[in-house]
Amino acid sequence: MNPELQGRVFPPAEPYLVGREKVREFARAVFATNPINLDVDAAQAAGYADVVAPPTFAVVVQEHTLAQLLAEPDAGIDFARVVHGDQRFTSSRAIVAGDLLTATLTVASVKTLGPHSMVTAESAITDAAGEHVVTAISTLVVRGDE
Amino acid sequence: MADVTTPPVFDELAVGEIVAERSFELTRDSLVRYAGASGDFNPIHYRDDVAASVGLPGVLAHGMLTMGFAVQPVVDWAGDPGRVVDYQVRFTRPVVVDPSFGATVTVSAKVGQLDAEARAARVDLTVKLGDDTVLGKAQVRVVLG
Repeated sequence: MNPELQGRVFPPAEPYLVGREKVREFARAVFATNPINLDVDAAQAAGYADVVAPPTFAVVVQEHTLAQLLAEPDAGIDFARVVHGDQRFTSSRAIVAGDLLTATLTVASVKTLGPHSMVTAESAITDAAGEHVVTAISTLVVRGDE
Repeated sequence: MADVTTPPVFDELAVGEIVAERSFELTRDSLVRYAGASGDFNPIHYRDDVAASVGLPGVLAHGMLTMGFAVQPVVDWAGDPGRVVDYQVRFTRPVVVDPSFGATVTVSAKVGQLDAEARAARVDLTVKLGDDTVLGKAQVRVVLG
């Protein structure tokens, strides 16, 4: 893949509106049982405006930025050879239903390891007020010919 | 009514203490449900023929599904998903989900480090399919206030 991708900052992805039923659907899919994820009254009793998304929900928003990276004409990333290596979420606050989130991707690093490449993509996700919510960091391994 | 948000008491925690354990029974249904919820429709997560054609031993659980449920015992222990402020994993081994028998993944959560100044705990997850560890360096930072 193209080493010149390192440091590239992509245009912000389309804003993502977090729906209450989407949070519940995602929460059930990851076997969440905490009422704050599912029940509006429980979430409000805990001080939130609405149901709270599980810790990995940001991947849904991040996904749109990774699609930008894979579609980049000069990236040279063959999707069929991509393996997810690492994932991290670093939060300033939890995602809550009703949030309008905007993700901006930066290619933090591109490394070569023998025939393989590793790209670390950081998607900084902010709310409608422009405040940081969470940064989702993925390391993708692009397998080369052995 | 019990206050579900009462967090564990930071000062009572000890490094090495196991704070949560849970076992998850995955089926093909779990994978389809996660595909729909997450928008990740890679067919290696629901089609045997596609999985076989790319040399996989079978249909695999999404790595992000495993990451997603592995933190849930910690969320329940902490009492509030908002107390999880950092969460990272390395995907070390795929989880093959048998069409008939599914797959059972076990999670054990142990206090790895305590940060008295921030009143935060690093909780380390051991996530296994049988004897095999499927997530490496799985660490959750929980702020207990």
